[in-house]
Amino acid sequence: MASVVLSEAEKVYIVHGIQEDLRVDGRGCEDYRCTEVETDVVSNTSGSARVKLGHTDILVGVKAEMGTPKLEKPDEGYLEFFVDCSANATPEFEGRGGEELGTEIVNTLYRIFSNGSSIDLKSLCINPREHCWVLYVDVLLLECGGNLFDAISIAVKAALFNTRIPKVRVLEDDEGSKEIELSDDPYDCIRLNVDNVPCIITLSKIGCRHVVDATLQEEACSLASLLLSVTNRGTLTCMKKLGKGSLDPESIFEMMETGKKVGKTLHIALQKTLEKEESLGTTRQKVGFLG
Amino acid sequence: MAGLELLSDEGYRVDGRRAGELRKVRARMGVFAQADGSAYIEQGNTKVLAVVYGPHEMRGSRSKALHDRALVNCQYSMATFSTGERKRRPHGDRKSSEMTLHLKQTFEAAILTQLYPRSQIDIYVQVLQADGGNYCASVNAATLATIDAGIPMRDYVCASSAGFIEDTPLADLNYVEEAAGGPQVALALLPKSDQIALLEMNSRLHEDHLDQVIEAAIKACKDIYTVLDQVVREHVHEVTTLLGE
Repeated sequence: MASVVLSEAEKVYIVHGIQEDLRVDGRGCEDYRCTEVETDVVSNTSGSARVKLGHTDILVGVKAEMGTPKLEKPDEGYLEFFVDCSANATPEFEGRGGEELGTEIVNTLYRIFSNGSSIDLKSLCINPREHCWVLYVDVLLLECGGNLFDAISIAVKAALFNTRIPKVRVLEDDEGSKEIELSDDPYDCIRLNVDNVPCIITLSKIGCRHVVDATLQEEACSLASLLLSVTNRGTLTCMKKLGKGSLDPESIFEMMETGKKVGKTLHIALQKTLEKEESLGTTRQKVGFLG
Repeated sequence: MAGLELLSDEGYRVDGRRAGELRKVRARMGVFAQADGSAYIEQGNTKVLAVVYGPHEMRGSRSKALHDRALVNCQYSMATFSTGERKRRPHGDRKSSEMTLHLKQTFEAAILTQLYPRSQIDIYVQVLQADGGNYCASVNAATLATIDAGIPMRDYVCASSAGFIEDTPLADLNYVEEAAGGPQVALALLPKSDQIALLEMNSRLHEDHLDQVIEAAIKACKDIYTVLDQVVREHVHEVTTLLGE
């Protein structure tokens, strides 16, 4: 994983700052960095989003393809995740170097989407046992500047919000053979309800306090962190401890409280940004990587 | 592709261009802060990011180091969502490996590698959206990224493709024109010295026409050069103003 090497003096500087609720870039312990979100950046996907959180840069593309439902859930579609740790982020990821981190992120994403409430998978079913929509959610990591998980979850939520799946109808003739007809109007499409899609909040324990949205430098000072997935109502849907250090139960509960609080504000801010962008419609000037 | 007219009687192509016209080129240097050099280019709907790391010490096995020049290491990868149909893997397939080799060959010809013996220069290219001319856009993006990294080069490397449809050479093919299966030439040019760094032709073309097609590709490369040079100059101007020169 991309990391930086810090000297002992630099670490002390960061840890002491955090003790006083003042971080190297001037933020408090519960503040996020300035986040940029833009949707609809790759035109040959069903939905896409780019998120820039400090130096962390994530691009997510969602492609809807037709497939067959899984045997155990014949009336639901499903999501497939893939994370590509591109060599753009760091030369360590060249060749197969990024696979380990990629798999770790993919597994986390599967876990936070595995509960039935995050997305209505029934709406992705076309006809039970035969056809359903499969949403391929492909995450591309372009630059690592700390706090990957949070940035990825924001980008995935934004991309799913942007996803438009064409409407199809199933026509059945007298002999019982089925035919799928695609709507002629390209604007006739299904949108997903992403209200219940959780976001990941990672809290890093540094010294005796914890911070949200740690930079690479701060991650180097932290021995352990707690990954929480929080919904817009502040419900926890998944929790995981990361890192080589250990945490005591008391601090875990404190971190959960902070996570819920920060998660709620994050959801509100994200929803507001996405709706604002949506309201601009086609008049919006697309910035992409040119701005 | 029966029924699709690639060149109308009035001389317009499917996307409304004339035969020798390029798609709209937009580019930006210095996209990322952590890499030594980076650039982004859009040629029509083809969008490519390039990042350069180096020159730095050899990574991994030292036995690969060249005692008289730098090793140019490339990786071409395409985002899984970049193409019309989803790709299974971003790199490592046969086509990407070939592209990687092509990029390496092109940039070994352009970078003054003898200035950095026993070191390594990494060029990573990522195609975000593919709409024809992927190799060409990759070369152009990588040129800008190399310049952004401050690595000395013999000249810019500009690349463009050209095809031949209905006795007319077409410059800068888009996906539809590429998929039609006609002859196609990819050419990378060092514009100031008129040297060709890479030339590749697919499909069959009569020898008499080859000249015209290469001529069209060279013309397109020179047009690209004008645009790239302008981008570099604007970027340098912007940076020096920020530095308070």
